[in-house]
Amino acid sequence: MSESMQIHEHFQIKWGMVIDVDKCTGCGACQVACQAENNIPPSQQSFDRLRSVHWLYVYKLENGRPYPESDIAYLPRPCMQCGNPSCASVCPVIATTKDEEGGIVSQIYPRCIGCRYCMAACPYHSRVFNWFDPVWPKGMEKTLTPYVSVRPRGVVEKCTFCHHRFQLAKRRARAEGRDPHHLKEDEYIPACAEACPTGAIAFGDLHNPEHKVHQLSRSEHAFRILERLGTEPQVYYLSRRPWVRRQGDNYVQKDQQRGE
Amino acid sequence: MSSKKKGGIMPFLLGIAAALVVGWIIFPKVLYVQETQPVRFSHKLHMEQIGECNLCHSNREERAYATRMPSTKDCALCHYTALTGSSEEKELVREYIKKDKQVPWKASQKQPDNVYFSHLAHKDLECRQCHFDMENRDNLPPKYVNRLTGYTKTTMKMHECERCHARENTSNACYVCHK
Repeated sequence: MSESMQIHEHFQIKWGMVIDVDKCTGCGACQVACQAENNIPPSQQSFDRLRSVHWLYVYKLENGRPYPESDIAYLPRPCMQCGNPSCASVCPVIATTKDEEGGIVSQIYPRCIGCRYCMAACPYHSRVFNWFDPVWPKGMEKTLTPYVSVRPRGVVEKCTFCHHRFQLAKRRARAEGRDPHHLKEDEYIPACAEACPTGAIAFGDLHNPEHKVHQLSRSEHAFRILERLGTEPQVYYLSRRPWVRRQGDNYVQKDQQRGE
Repeated sequence: MSSKKKGGIMPFLLGIAAALVVGWIIFPKVLYVQETQPVRFSHKLHMEQIGECNLCHSNREERAYATRMPSTKDCALCHYTALTGSSEEKELVREYIKKDKQVPWKASQKQPDNVYFSHLAHKDLECRQCHFDMENRDNLPPKYVNRLTGYTKTTMKMHECERCHARENTSNACYVCHK
């Protein structure tokens, strides 16, 4: 493996998410929490892909079988914070990198030139481009999160695992005289995980055995989307249904399938 | 022959001199708006009286590490009534302390919106390492705001942050400071 293939190995902390697809009811609370937390303006027409910005998107999966075997599942998709991010290697201005302890892929808006190579490179469609300047209805600008920078027209943005909450959690740990690199379980969680009413989204350090995601990500029901591309996502999914796990990747007929 | 008629090298030198005057003196003056502080303040005098930064610059969220402009309440601890005969002090008491109004100090070290800075993470450094000779100043420096970017002239620049982080063997990853 080349040097770039081992980027994720040297981080002591690996922030990861484990989403239980079987628990997800598709209510969309995570999407709303994400928009409110990360200063994403309300879309005028949410079905217009040009005018809507999503950091987290809930997809609907169907098994395609006729009744009574028909089944559906909902799959929330944040940024995968890949171990080998395809977006970072194509960025011509180093506006997106994976270099901080914790493995969150950064996106620096003033540095971004809006070429959108990263959007083409990302196999998860996690990145969105600001075709327009953000507009908030009058009075709603008071609800902006002060710790999140707003993005102008012409730059790409994406989910950051609510990185500002990580910075605040580190500050809290420092204020209490603790090591900011050994945060306790749930001391830092993104807005989506906090908002999920069924507790489908678990968040923590994948390397830390004291965090529940450590165990969950090693479950026999765990899978990652498009795992065979070698992007090493830090977002895991759980499902006890084989057809859901199967949709996590592109299999051809003779392939051995995970969990089957 | 024809070049001598036009004055030789002199127009060229004058042109360079004019360009340098514009580039080095006039343009920087036009580029920055100068904002003066609302109240005259001597850090030197206050350091002689108090002897520490934290008393006025403490912040609850950062657990008493100097991070903010003092509020009128901090001033009122000593200046509830005028202590000296100076007219500036009388104005402070009359206009701000008696009315319980905040003094609109002009912070000239403020970082732009996309930067996260925690004083707490830098508590092992001396204040003067970044805030230079503030404790020995008899007046407050005016604030210079760049008309184009809105940044202040004296804000800590990214290369200065990076240099110290590299020297101290601290991470220079983008997300350590950016948001």
